[in-house]
Amino acid sequence: MTEWRPPLALVGAWLALLGLLALTVTLAYVPLGAGNAVVALSIGTIKAVLVAAIFMELRKRHGLTLVFAAAGLFWLGILLWLGLMDFMTRT
Amino acid sequence: MPEPPAFASQFVSVPHRDHTAELGMWLFIATEVLLFGGLLLAYFVYRHAFPQSFAEGSRHTDILIGTINTAILLTSSFLVAWAVEVFSPATVRIVTWLLVGAACLGLVFIALKGIEYSGEYDERLVPGVDFQFGGPLANGVQLFFIFYFVATAIHAVHMLIGICLLLVLAIIGRRAPTTRHHAALHSAALYWHFVDVVWIFLFALIYLPGRASS
Amino acid sequence: MSEPNYLTTDYTLQSWFLTTDHKRIAILYFASLIFFFFIGGAAATAIRIELATPQADLVSSDVYNRLFTMHGIIMVWFFLIPSIPNTLGNFLVPLMIGARDLAFPRLNLMSWYIFMLGGCTTLFAILAGGIDTGWTFYTPFSTLYSNSYVIVAAAGVFIAGFSSILTGLNFIVTIHRLRAPGLTWYRLPLFLWSLYATSVILVLATPVLAVTLLLIATERFFGVGIFDPRIGGDPLLFQHLFWFYSHPAVYIMILPGMGVVNELVSCFSRKPVFGYKFVAWASLAIAAVGFLVWGHHMFVSGQSLIASLVFSFMSFVVAVPSAIKVFNWTATLHKGSIHFDAPMLYALAFIGLFTIGGLTGLFLACLAFDVHATDTYFVVAHFHYIMVGGMVTAYFGGLHYWWPKITGRLYSEYWARTAAVLIFFGFNLTFFPQFILGAEGMPRRYHVYPPEFQVWNVLSSGGAAILAVAYLLPMFYLGYSAFFGARAPANPWNAPGLEWQTSSPPPEENFETQPVVTREPYQYNEAFEAEPQNA
Repeated sequence: MTEWRPPLALVGAWLALLGLLALTVTLAYVPLGAGNAVVALSIGTIKAVLVAAIFMELRKRHGLTLVFAAAGLFWLGILLWLGLMDFMTRT
Repeated sequence: MPEPPAFASQFVSVPHRDHTAELGMWLFIATEVLLFGGLLLAYFVYRHAFPQSFAEGSRHTDILIGTINTAILLTSSFLVAWAVEVFSPATVRIVTWLLVGAACLGLVFIALKGIEYSGEYDERLVPGVDFQFGGPLANGVQLFFIFYFVATAIHAVHMLIGICLLLVLAIIGRRAPTTRHHAALHSAALYWHFVDVVWIFLFALIYLPGRASS
Repeated sequence: MSEPNYLTTDYTLQSWFLTTDHKRIAILYFASLIFFFFIGGAAATAIRIELATPQADLVSSDVYNRLFTMHGIIMVWFFLIPSIPNTLGNFLVPLMIGARDLAFPRLNLMSWYIFMLGGCTTLFAILAGGIDTGWTFYTPFSTLYSNSYVIVAAAGVFIAGFSSILTGLNFIVTIHRLRAPGLTWYRLPLFLWSLYATSVILVLATPVLAVTLLLIATERFFGVGIFDPRIGGDPLLFQHLFWFYSHPAVYIMILPGMGVVNELVSCFSRKPVFGYKFVAWASLAIAAVGFLVWGHHMFVSGQSLIASLVFSFMSFVVAVPSAIKVFNWTATLHKGSIHFDAPMLYALAFIGLFTIGGLTGLFLACLAFDVHATDTYFVVAHFHYIMVGGMVTAYFGGLHYWWPKITGRLYSEYWARTAAVLIFFGFNLTFFPQFILGAEGMPRRYHVYPPEFQVWNVLSSGGAAILAVAYLLPMFYLGYSAFFGARAPANPWNAPGLEWQTSSPPPEENFETQPVVTREPYQYNEAFEAEPQNA
């Protein structure tokens, strides 16, 4: 009766996510200037990638599923890029 | 009398149906990304315009509850992923408990969120209801808190929908776990993990800025 | 009575309102859209009557604001966006790919209910007193100053948005996963390529509109200044969010029309569409590049010059795939065996009107000209050439072309051609004078104007009267034919598409046996023509 045990990958991902959470909260209190925002968003991205790859099983998927998963992000990029362009270049 | 087929007639097989459902769910998630994307654009535009105010506003959020809630959501996602992984007729009990556990963690998240909201109400930080903030940063702080409340409220609505889905699946899965239930659970799990991912970013944008300076 | 078809399997109300059959859901949408088309059309009629004279003699300025807002909101969200996708698309996607149904039939039914809920909410806002913001809900007017039912109307549009999303999602997944054996991507009818591109926009743009309307409602309800400059908010942020959806939405309102025209031009020239792959990829290119041009609605708004330049450039780029399509349609006609049946008349009208609409769009993409033309009738004329001259014409063309398949009956060719010609002339008489009005500087959204503009306005109103009659005609002869028309054969146009290989109307399960595709699309060759028409 071992079939109910979670695979190691899931446990590892969970522990890694909690570790990254602790790390990002700690680093938020270290003065890095503009670096704080970069660190916070980078660690956030790593956490999101972990969730997507392991919990959402994207690492086992290929082709169309990956395209669909990437499409939302790509269009989000368009929205942020062209949307912010106006505000960044106002004179 | 013939058995009713396990899958609808537009599909040719169970895997065909399941893969199709999974694609549909991913497409739905892409839609959701853009839903939160509009809010993200608003956040970045205003953070760009009022960097100090956003740091100040962030310092007025409750990072303790925020961090605990993040841990709760990550754990709840883990439980759901576990349930999907071990789903089979032999593991009905454990799957049920995993889903109930994940849903309960979701409810704890909502409860803590409520405590957090009421704390902000006491500090008079709720724009449109009661907002008092002095000094030159007041306008930007107000914009920060508008974003905070709109984004976390939309996120909380997603959480509530997810909690209902998990509970329903926990109940119907107990009767007779079939491939159909597994497919439904898989879709619900994708949704739940997505809500988790949204929170990961909201956490980084709402609670973390401005902690190192004053 | 022969084999039961999807219309005759069951006559109960329940069998209609709880159906998951894509063909019946298409009919539900069709009936609903006729209803909304008349409401939007009634508002347009009132506008054109008011504008026949320079003075305000029919309505006050306040009522006029509510009229054009109602016209815009109803026509955009409750007619044009769902028009071809949800009626012809719903009916034809499974038939054209040889499938039993869409991938998610219950989601399909749900999308109709959501649509009706959104429609009723919006109708309630109109009946309660209307909305005066224009269909664009611009802040700060919509959030701070307007004394009309903005929140209710925004809620209606918000709800209807989810119906769009579900439909788009259903089409994309269906086209990917349920194609018949042998039906590769390059064997798909081009109508499906354009619906696929449309669906991409529906799925990826609509949620941004949803959240934008949510922000508007929040700002109005709680009195918080999300876009209020007094607390540092930026009204232009609203415009960016709104047009991120609403410009691609313009392509939602033309791509399906282009798709229909591919089928019609090919069928009535008895030739394959020229440059199939270019036309197919042009659809996707329009959908993708269409997301990069929204700022051309904001050239005079005060956005940065760099942003304006980038958006202007991208707007020129998006014209390229549209031009490819027009060139390929004309190349398809070249040396074709052209038949001027009614659907073809609509298709030819589409090509001409869309070209005018598209080219004037290029004028507006020029920064310098746009400063002159912004918010004038030039813009109004331009987008009506695309949306009415293009999309509505294509919708009528498609409706006539697939009418025998949908109803199993033949319409009167004489009346159909008459209506097509009347629509073409009525349309041009209505909207061409508006180009001149706009170039001379008449602004949109005013109910009074200087007397020197009256000549063109009278012409426009006269044209609108012709157009109204022309749009009413099909109601009668199509409605008549649905009950009393001659029975249609399975393949009245002798066309090779899969939807013509089943009976008219199709049986509930679409095909007796799973079709297998063994050849390229649009094979209107001699061998095929030689086959006897299976009447």
